[in-house]
Amino acid sequence: MTAKTHLELTGVDIDFPTPSGPFKALSNVNLKIERGEFVSLIGHSGCGKSTVLNIVAGLYQATKGGVLLDGKEVNEPGPERAVVFQNHSLLPWLTAYENVELAVKQVFKNSKSKAEMKEWIEHNLQLVHMDHAMHKRPDEISGGMKQRVGIARALAMEPTVMLMDEPFGALDALTRAHLQDSLMEIQADLNNTVIMITHDVDEAVLLSDRIVMMTNGPAATVGEILEVNLERPRHRLELADDAQYNHYRAAVLSFLYEKQRQPGEEVKVSALSEKKTESDKQAQNLHDTEQSSAEQNSEEAA
Amino acid sequence: MSSMALKLLKPFGLVEKLNLAALIKALVVPMTGILIFLFIWNIGARNIHTSLGEFPGPAQVYEQSKNLLAEHNRERQKEAAFYQRQDDRNAKKLAKNPDAEIKFRAYTGKATFIDQIGTSLVTVLAGFFAASLIAIPAGIVIGLNKTLYSAFNPVIQLFKPVSPLAWLPLVTMVVSALYVSDDPMFAKSFVTSLITVSLCCLWPTLLNTAVGVSSISADLNNVSKVLRLSWLTHVIKIVIPSAIPMIFTGLRLSLGIAWMVLIAAEMLAQNPGLGKFVWDEFQNGSSNSLGRIMVAVIVIGLIGFMLDRIMLMLQKKVSWDKTQELR
Repeated sequence: MTAKTHLELTGVDIDFPTPSGPFKALSNVNLKIERGEFVSLIGHSGCGKSTVLNIVAGLYQATKGGVLLDGKEVNEPGPERAVVFQNHSLLPWLTAYENVELAVKQVFKNSKSKAEMKEWIEHNLQLVHMDHAMHKRPDEISGGMKQRVGIARALAMEPTVMLMDEPFGALDALTRAHLQDSLMEIQADLNNTVIMITHDVDEAVLLSDRIVMMTNGPAATVGEILEVNLERPRHRLELADDAQYNHYRAAVLSFLYEKQRQPGEEVKVSALSEKKTESDKQAQNLHDTEQSSAEQNSEEAA
Repeated sequence: MSSMALKLLKPFGLVEKLNLAALIKALVVPMTGILIFLFIWNIGARNIHTSLGEFPGPAQVYEQSKNLLAEHNRERQKEAAFYQRQDDRNAKKLAKNPDAEIKFRAYTGKATFIDQIGTSLVTVLAGFFAASLIAIPAGIVIGLNKTLYSAFNPVIQLFKPVSPLAWLPLVTMVVSALYVSDDPMFAKSFVTSLITVSLCCLWPTLLNTAVGVSSISADLNNVSKVLRLSWLTHVIKIVIPSAIPMIFTGLRLSLGIAWMVLIAAEMLAQNPGLGKFVWDEFQNGSSNSLGRIMVAVIVIGLIGFMLDRIMLMLQKKVSWDKTQELR
């Protein structure tokens, strides 16, 4: 081994205590992530994606095995592993600026002057295009804007790894597309290491360097890992007709709906031929959505 | 009626904002309610005959409230006159002999209705602040720790429903035994009332704070963990703001209880205040007594209402959730 792995999960097991004995949520999860890599975790709901993320965040402790970040064991949460939560988790009594400020004051209290902090907070809010509304409180801005502030807060901590727990899951399709584009832009600039949970196949293929597909729980583990070798910057419009892109999509879909089929889904994906046409249709839908989104200026662009 | 109200409101700039329907809702309907109440009161009072005469109706109560105010003014004049005489006397003495020993005595007239209102207000606020000072921090600590909560919950539930009258003899004895000083800063009666009020109004604030603190969303707690906030920063930046609505609900309940408890405690313990006024009038038993007690009843109600409005104003000021309707 020449270079040390940036982030490494080795033989991670986790048991949750329940009244009827321990419940094994994860079993032997192994994963290595390089610096600057964008990795998506995808799997059916309840398969333990969030649990993996929470273990890396240090919010849960693995029962067996563990996580190494730059050679150091992770056993508690910390700002070097900033989390973007699914429902933004902004403090509702603080403005966007103050929410980011709370994080910045905590992380840079000894290394930045007051003026530097102010500049850094404003810089991060500019990155997510929220500088126009930085003195508004969460209840005065839209869902997508809240999530942008959540991302700004995480970025402002200058994390070694950014952990995103279905960050766009609660947003409508147009807003989600805008935020994905913003995220790709930021990622091109900063080249952070990112682990993102998603249940959206297109999102995973569009954003990731690698897609980690998880088997169904209980005792879930890493099923397959798919390398996505699409050139960056990626544009969703061009990719919609790209053969390779569709090949990656099909690979993830086939893992999710054939290999890890959940009971009750038999009818939906009974034959491969049917699925093929279905996935084509989805690609077409995505194409249409994109066009309409380009035509109308959505609320986010304002 | 409504045109007169319109004229009355004009200087306040309210007319432009209110249309006629809103005006009726805001003024005419409550006024009608009050008028109906006064009417029923008047009829009812005339039909109740007690050993102290007819039960006081609105007219007698109005009369007595004027009397009480006049008594207060007379008492103040007497007091001023007393000090004037004392000063004159001392000045004369000093004129005769510059080394003469002169005496200052405080006026010891009877406390008027207005004085008793002042005493009661000071006592209730002191008791309420003392209770809040204990209940909010204790509630935060108990709310943050499930074990502590389970440990103390039975005790809280046990003492919450206890009436002030049950506490009062105990508090009186304990204060007499422990609060011994040659030159006490506060009167014993004040301390007794204060502790009784505190003991009774502690619980709503304590419980509501604990519940508010323990129901902070798990996500906000995770944010705090990821940021590695210290315990104190966590409490100040996350716990208290998110529990503020519940804390204020508790505080408002507590202040209401404090006011009710105080009147009862003053009455039973003969501690100065509105309660003592009511009891003294009852013992006095003149034909005016019932009317004077009725004035006290109305004033007690008005003060309780005002205290609650003040708390509501504070609550609206500190509440971050402007979508929540506070009433």
